[in-house]
Amino acid sequence: MAKKIGIEVSLAISEAVKLADVDAIAAYPITPQTHIVEHLSELVADGELNAEFIPVESEHSAMSVCAGTSAAGARTYTATSSQGLALMNEILFIIPALRLPVVMTLANRSMSGPISIWNDHSDLMSVRDTGWISIFAENGQEAFDLTLQSFKIAEDHRVMLPINVNIDGFTLSHVIEPHEFLSQEEVDSFLPPYDPPLQLNPDKPVSMGMVGIPEIYFEAKKAQDVALVESKAVIKEIFQEFGEKFGRTYNVIESYRTEDAETLLLTMGSISETAMEAIDMMKDEQGKKVGLLRLRLWRPFPTDELRELVKGIKTLAVIDRAVSFGGTGAPVGGEIRSALYSTEDRPYVASFIAGLGGRDVTIKDFMDMVTLAEKMETEQEVHEYKMIGVRE
Amino acid sequence: MAKNFSEMTWKEFDLAFMVTNPGCSAEYRTGDWRSQRPVADKSKCIKCGVCYLSCPDDAIRLAADGTYDFDYEHCKGCGICATECWTGCISMVEEEK
Ligand code: SF4
Ligand code: SF4
Repeated sequence: MAKKIGIEVSLAISEAVKLADVDAIAAYPITPQTHIVEHLSELVADGELNAEFIPVESEHSAMSVCAGTSAAGARTYTATSSQGLALMNEILFIIPALRLPVVMTLANRSMSGPISIWNDHSDLMSVRDTGWISIFAENGQEAFDLTLQSFKIAEDHRVMLPINVNIDGFTLSHVIEPHEFLSQEEVDSFLPPYDPPLQLNPDKPVSMGMVGIPEIYFEAKKAQDVALVESKAVIKEIFQEFGEKFGRTYNVIESYRTEDAETLLLTMGSISETAMEAIDMMKDEQGKKVGLLRLRLWRPFPTDELRELVKGIKTLAVIDRAVSFGGTGAPVGGEIRSALYSTEDRPYVASFIAGLGGRDVTIKDFMDMVTLAEKMETEQEVHEYKMIGVRE
Repeated sequence: MAKNFSEMTWKEFDLAFMVTNPGCSAEYRTGDWRSQRPVADKSKCIKCGVCYLSCPDDAIRLAADGTYDFDYEHCKGCGICATECWTGCISMVEEEK
């Protein structure tokens, strides 16, 4: 086993991008993503990474450049956060429609306003329906591993879709953690060079981004949706292959101590680490029948796996870090209710919103949510969503 | 192309609906929504070809006698040719139907 190196998570991600030997990087710095692209620009300037680093005047341009470089057959990477992601919005729709395998780190940060540089998932949720594969990392090692796997998944000819790898801003991006790096040889044995099925090449011209007249547009969207849904099988296959090669296996939903559980918490991102501690305390000290599910894959949504994992569960408390204002549930909570609605013996789903704008979600908060969710289940309380940890 | 796009299912297109076979617009009538059509008084035409060069849609064709004809299947009726023509021999006429 390789020795562990203590390094800031942002820099570990940059090192993964370097090991993936990207050809093009176009990015605009924005807190808390800055360290990632800053380090990549240094690696390029120092000649350690042979890639074009294209500094741009805005995120709209960054993503537009990514469309161009990826279309030309270059392995392409970018990173952003919050308002920067919002500025990319127009092009975010075009990248998956053109089936371009761009990989982007999203250092999740709250959307303004009020202006906030701190962490929640409102940025990703605002681009939920753009058609990207969305993956969540919970710690630095996962961020490193998932960045590498993302290139392989995105560029697989059965997939050909962009991926955003989500890391919680500051909570992950700015902390120093131990990482087990892979060597260049190991990465090369796992990740082959990008071999685009179709590309902009004067020897064999193609037209990309054609007008979709009404006779065609609907078919185009159907094909895109099927590609995203079917990518799940490839994602699982590549997670498996990575695990067999390097000993760290990833799942589309991770289970933690779910044996004998009657109540499950469901989280995404770095709060899962605190949730695990809460589960340990509730199980070991209070004898409670609880467990945790961590959603790794947000899009395509792992519906079948979720249905399987909640069989026999009485209460499922879903913790969101974003609001769907005036909606029928928080983004993840609503999604899960709808995934389970047509299943028999489904658990009661409590939809909670916590930790907006960098507010800590504590061990006590998780314990309170379990207690509250169980009470709501007993009373079969009808609700849309509840905010936890807000001053009433 | 074997099949017209509008007869194909979603499974039959190239990746990302890219066009790998150039010139597919020739197979479509894209001038259907024109509200005005250019009409030339060829007696005034000096065969300069400016209309041909300025049409953004490549909808003007060289005729055998050196004047130019309009391709009404693709002409959008933008009127650029009528504006650019040196001798004013092109006029824009309302589409009737
Ligand atoms: S009206 Fe416009 S589209 Fe039609 S022939 Fe003239 S320049 Fe071309
Ligand atoms: S621009 Fe006018 S004069 Fe010149 S070729 Fe066209 S129609 Fe004739």
